[in-house]
Formats: sequence, C-alpha cells, structure tokens
Amino acid sequence: MKSLEELAVIRDKMQALVNLRNEATDCTKIVVGMATCGIAAGARPVLKAFSDGIQEKGIKDVMVIQEGCIGLCQYEPIVEVTAPGKEKVTYVKMTAEKAAEVIEQHIIGGNVVTKYTINSAM
Amino acid sequence: MFSEISLHILDIVQNSISARASLIEITVNIDNTSDTLTVIIKDNGSGMTDDELSKAVDPFYTTRTTRKNGFGVPFFKAASEMTGGSFEISSEKGKGTAVKAVFVLSSIDRMPLGNMTDTLISLIDTNCRIDFIYNYSVDERSFTLDTRQLKKTLGNVPIDLPEVTVFLTRYLDDNTAEVSGGRKY
Repeated sequence: MKSLEELAVIRDKMQALVNLRNEATDCTKIVVGMATCGIAAGARPVLKAFSDGIQEKGIKDVMVIQEGCIGLCQYEPIVEVTAPGKEKVTYVKMTAEKAAEVIEQHIIGGNVVTKYTINSAM
Repeated sequence: MFSEISLHILDIVQNSISARASLIEITVNIDNTSDTLTVIIKDNGSGMTDDELSKAVDPFYTTRTTRKNGFGVPFFKAASEMTGGSFEISSEKGKGTAVKAVFVLSSIDRMPLGNMTDTLISLIDTNCRIDFIYNYSVDERSFTLDTRQLKKTLGNVPIDLPEVTVFLTRYLDDNTAEVSGGRKY
C-alpha cells in the first residue's frame, strides 16, 4: 500500500516556493461547466486537460474552477476564460484537444481561438 | 446516461458542493460475496426538508434557476435500479444529505466504475476549501483518502499544487489497483 510519507517530502521541497504564489484578483480564470449536462457531454476530460496543461507548462496565475449549468446545455462542455481586464470568452463543445489549443493560443499567446467560441457556433 | 459510475459520482457531488458542504464523504464498496457495488455520498451541506427530498428524485425538479429540470439524481437512481439494485436518499435540513446507490455487480446493465482517480482529482483540485473522504473497499481490502489528513501534512503548501496532484494521482491509482487485486470493476 502506498503511504503518505512522500507527501511530507513534497511539502518540504515546495514550502519555500508557495509564498510566491499569487492569489485571486489578478489571475486568469478558466471556468468549466460541470453540471449533469456538462459531465455527460465530456467535461471531466476537458477539465483534466486544462489542469494538466497548465501544470505541465508551468503557467502561473491561472485558476481552473468548476461551475454548474449556465443553461446552454446543447453547447456543453462549456468553458469560460476571463483574463484580468478583458471580457469573458465563452468556448463551446470543448474537447481535451481543443483545450490544448486554447492553452497554447489564448492562455499563453493571448489570442482568442475564435473558431471554438460561442459566437461562431451560433 | 453516463458511461461510468465515477461520472455519476462527480455529478452527485456537485449537489453537495452547491449545498455548501464543507465535508463530503464518498464510499465505494465492492462485495463479491453479495454481488454488489455500493456507492454512498454523504455531505454536511444545507440538507433538504421532507418536501424537497421527495422531489429530489423527480427529474422535473431542480434547485437551479437556469433551467426547469435536474437529471443528476434521477439518472443515478435509474442507473442503479436497472441493474436490479436499489437507491436511497435521506436528508435533514441544516445537517446534510446522504445518497446510497446499490448496483448488482454482475449485472450486464451495470456500467463500469470508471476512472475514480479523475473524478476525485477534479473535485479536490477545484474545491480546495472543501474536504473529501474517499473510502474504497473490495471484499476484505480497503483504503481511505482523507484530505483533512493531507492538508495537515501539507501545512501551508496548497493541495492543488502540481507536485501534490501528481503524487495524489499515483497514490489513488496504486492503492485502487492494490485493493482491487488487479481487477477492473
């Protein structure tokens, strides 16, 4: 059985770094819809793709958050990206692959991936 | 309908989160002797009155305001009952809610348990202020993950830190495989 001892080692290693972490306001928020509709449409792998992608690329000041149904179930999985001082961007019918593109182009590059936004789906 | 029981669990736990629970306990118990897979989700959220509770299994009832129906609980109920299993929900206003679904393990209609690690990591990482207890048992073997214990060990190191997530993923995968004796449920 794997034990939790390793966790203490991680803590000791990371302790010095955590104080540098920025909280709340000036960070980009990635909100993934995780109600019944979202989950059924495949929100869990999308959420995982965002969390893993952000972690792998070591991107700072980004929060991945879960939210309930926003009432547009036919467009799920829906992901809303809000960068500080910018308007909210709503991506629809997301997949893990599309999430990787959004991380690369929008989160890192600062360019909205228009082809996946709700405006181009309507 | 979902393809995995773990997706139902992810969905039902969202109700606990909406009910402002601070502690959510998820139990998955597989018993080959009684041929059952039991899922219990228990929270200390706002709970429901008897009237609300009686409506919770009705797909055309929901607490959300964006739409007029809520299929989470009815889906979970249907998924368990179609295997020949059973479903119970109990709640007390101000105390919390418990949902229990029993699936017949060998039923052809029982969907696989699926990826519980993904479900738990998504819950733990995006709800840092909520504590989760996960109990997984197969016959005589079991393991428990309690985020209160993890947070105590971690001190001021956040639980959603990538290094911690990587560790937790491996911890859950390894212990699940060991408890399952290499079998996939």
